[in-house]
Amino acid sequence: MATNEATSNVKRIQVRRFKPEEYPEKHYLNEEKGIWAWMTTVDHKKIGLMYLASITFFFFVAGVLAILLRTELLTPARSFMDADVYNQVFTLHGAIMIFFFLIPSVPAALGNFVLPLQLGAKDVAFPRLNLASYYIYVIGALFTLFAIFTGGVDTGWTFYTPYSATTGGNVMAMTFGVFILGFSSILTGLNFIVTIHKMRSPGITWNRLPLNLWGLYATSLIQILATPVLAITLLLLTMERLLGIGIFDPALGGDPVLYQHFFWFYSHPAVYIMIVPGFGIISEVISTFSRKVIFGYWAIALSSLAIAFIGFLVWGHHMFTAGQSSLANMVFSFLTFLVGIPTGIKIFNWLATMYRGSIDLKTPMLYALVFLFLFTIGGFTGIMLGALSVDIHLHDTYYVVAHFHYVMMGGMVMAFFAGLHYWWPKMFGKMYSEFWARIACAILFVGFNMTFLPQFVMGAQGMPRRYFNYIDQFQSFHVFSTIGAYVMSVAFLIMAGYLLHSLLKGKRAPSNPWGSRALEWQAASPPPLHNFHHVPVIINGPYDYHKPMSEFQLGIAASHNGHHHHGDEAVKVEKSEKEQA
Amino acid sequence: MAQPSVTEERLEHLKHYFIDSDQQFEASKMGMWIFLVTEILFFGGLFLAYIVYRTWYPELYLLASEELHTFWGAVNTVVLIGSSLTVAMAIRSAQLNQIKGLIINLWITIGLACVFMVIKYFEYSEKFAKGILPGAHYSYEGIAHEKANIFFSIYYMMTGLHGIHVLIGIGLMVWLVFKAKKKVFHSGYYTPVEITGLYWHLVDIIWIFLFPLLYLID
Repeated sequence: MATNEATSNVKRIQVRRFKPEEYPEKHYLNEEKGIWAWMTTVDHKKIGLMYLASITFFFFVAGVLAILLRTELLTPARSFMDADVYNQVFTLHGAIMIFFFLIPSVPAALGNFVLPLQLGAKDVAFPRLNLASYYIYVIGALFTLFAIFTGGVDTGWTFYTPYSATTGGNVMAMTFGVFILGFSSILTGLNFIVTIHKMRSPGITWNRLPLNLWGLYATSLIQILATPVLAITLLLLTMERLLGIGIFDPALGGDPVLYQHFFWFYSHPAVYIMIVPGFGIISEVISTFSRKVIFGYWAIALSSLAIAFIGFLVWGHHMFTAGQSSLANMVFSFLTFLVGIPTGIKIFNWLATMYRGSIDLKTPMLYALVFLFLFTIGGFTGIMLGALSVDIHLHDTYYVVAHFHYVMMGGMVMAFFAGLHYWWPKMFGKMYSEFWARIACAILFVGFNMTFLPQFVMGAQGMPRRYFNYIDQFQSFHVFSTIGAYVMSVAFLIMAGYLLHSLLKGKRAPSNPWGSRALEWQAASPPPLHNFHHVPVIINGPYDYHKPMSEFQLGIAASHNGHHHHGDEAVKVEKSEKEQA
Repeated sequence: MAQPSVTEERLEHLKHYFIDSDQQFEASKMGMWIFLVTEILFFGGLFLAYIVYRTWYPELYLLASEELHTFWGAVNTVVLIGSSLTVAMAIRSAQLNQIKGLIINLWITIGLACVFMVIKYFEYSEKFAKGILPGAHYSYEGIAHEKANIFFSIYYMMTGLHGIHVLIGIGLMVWLVFKAKKKVFHSGYYTPVEITGLYWHLVDIIWIFLFPLLYLID
């Protein structure tokens, strides 16, 4: 519409400096009171916290299940649960961790909280849809609980046919729960894309968008493009059980491998739904704690989109042994290797950002370093699994389990903790104990490697996944791995302890404890209900640490609805004279 | 298309977190477009299943599609295309502040959608009577192909899901009539009409693909 006038589109805006209010009396946590105000809130920050509470609960549940699994595996034969129970427990561990924790963790919990703040917006574009997405999530969770108490599910989190179409238990309630959950994920993605496109504050052009938002943007694209395919897949699976439609059931003339294609067309991109927002957090944290402008802004931003794109073309690498044509195998293997390129670009840009920065090893930064270390291992072992001949040997062994946990837990969960500790002061206005947080991080790092490094070895030696018993030669690895899991749970207990202490008795947090230049830190801690009392105006990039803080606190007084500034338009800023001093 | 300028400013529709009506309108419209993309991918899974099985059993599709009534399928196609026209006219009426025209056009659209569903109902019940039931309940002997049940599984999934979308569209438009009678819409604010119209066009387009793929291949 306005392309012809683009050059003459520069607007002049009178701005002045708005210093964030320190230790505000009134903020979003206490402006409205009562449980009903929480249940019906459309405030993105509160919805983010509601998600955070829910995913913490599910992380705890699935974590306990993991401990049970590892305990069972202490001995080669039955230790304390039967094979059937074991199958149900590992299915639930996987399904809950993936669908109820990992997928909503960064986008729906942290992303919801921070996205409008980073845009200088008052809320997301569709606040009521945002609330709806939370309740849809809860309904999906109830269906899953129902499935657990009415027979359980023992198919593994992938629900492969024909087993899932014929086994006992309540697969239908479980898949229907995950189906419902998908809508929650779609609504979040839709909301984020529209918000990023339409609700940026004046001056936030695409090249001043925080990299966290580029990460969330790429994630949202995957969410809206892949999740509907999962929805139709699970609907077909439900119909398979309900009516026997036969599309995936060989007994009725259908094709089970078609199910695997359908499933992985979603679930491979879904892995990137889990990891790409983590990349965004790592970019923010590394730049903030290196006090340095991010190295390769566009390389990091676009590599997120590249990963999202390539992620749609590699689903066949889950099916190398399922009877695909060897040509398809070769193509999928090649495309899988390509994922390594944008991922490598990110890693090197983060390292280059740290180079000669003044690095401050606060807890979020520690988690970012842990992420770099573990995720790189996870990524490289993924390349090995993508190689055809090697995969024939390693397919369905503990090697795959270890790879997946290095990427998901070593990568995503560590990035989530980096983000949680980074934004904690903004969320609750409280500081946590830096000392205990660092200790927990160190224990977690050690415990994690104790748990999953041995699994690479025993996987390479042929220990198959999903078995509740094993031959004696693997026992020492299993015992070591189980001890590692216990060590990790100690770290989680410490974390729960100091975070609870912070909530109840923590020191009040200043508005910008890390000295960050990003916009969310220019709001009060915790922010007021509508984030900013003014309209923020952005004249620098979010990582321009060489520029004074005052240039990041500019804005125009909010005379509501009178103005018409969008992020797309270039702004020319005139500071009023008083502020020059 | 940009919104026509508002002569008298009515802003009660404007949410506090938007800067102005334009921003709110554009955001809603973009949200709907993204939702339509997800719908296409949702149906895409079924189209893929259709393609896969048609590649494997081309003769099955030719045989089985003879059971479908091309005439009624064609009538339904015309009905839906007509309803797309009337929903577009409803949006135009809203843009021109003609609330009466808006309501009339919405009623016609709802009527056409109901005609579609009634024809679909008769098509389904005729097949059920013959024993052409979805999935494992299939018992019709008239098609000389062992995988005939798969074709009809795909047929019922595709047209069934499409039918559910038509029902949802009817519900949305009844709600719009309700709102329009309360004088909520005017030339400065007709976002729900516009985005429901977008949704309705998608429902129409999906049918335009379903009709030749299922009915016209013999």
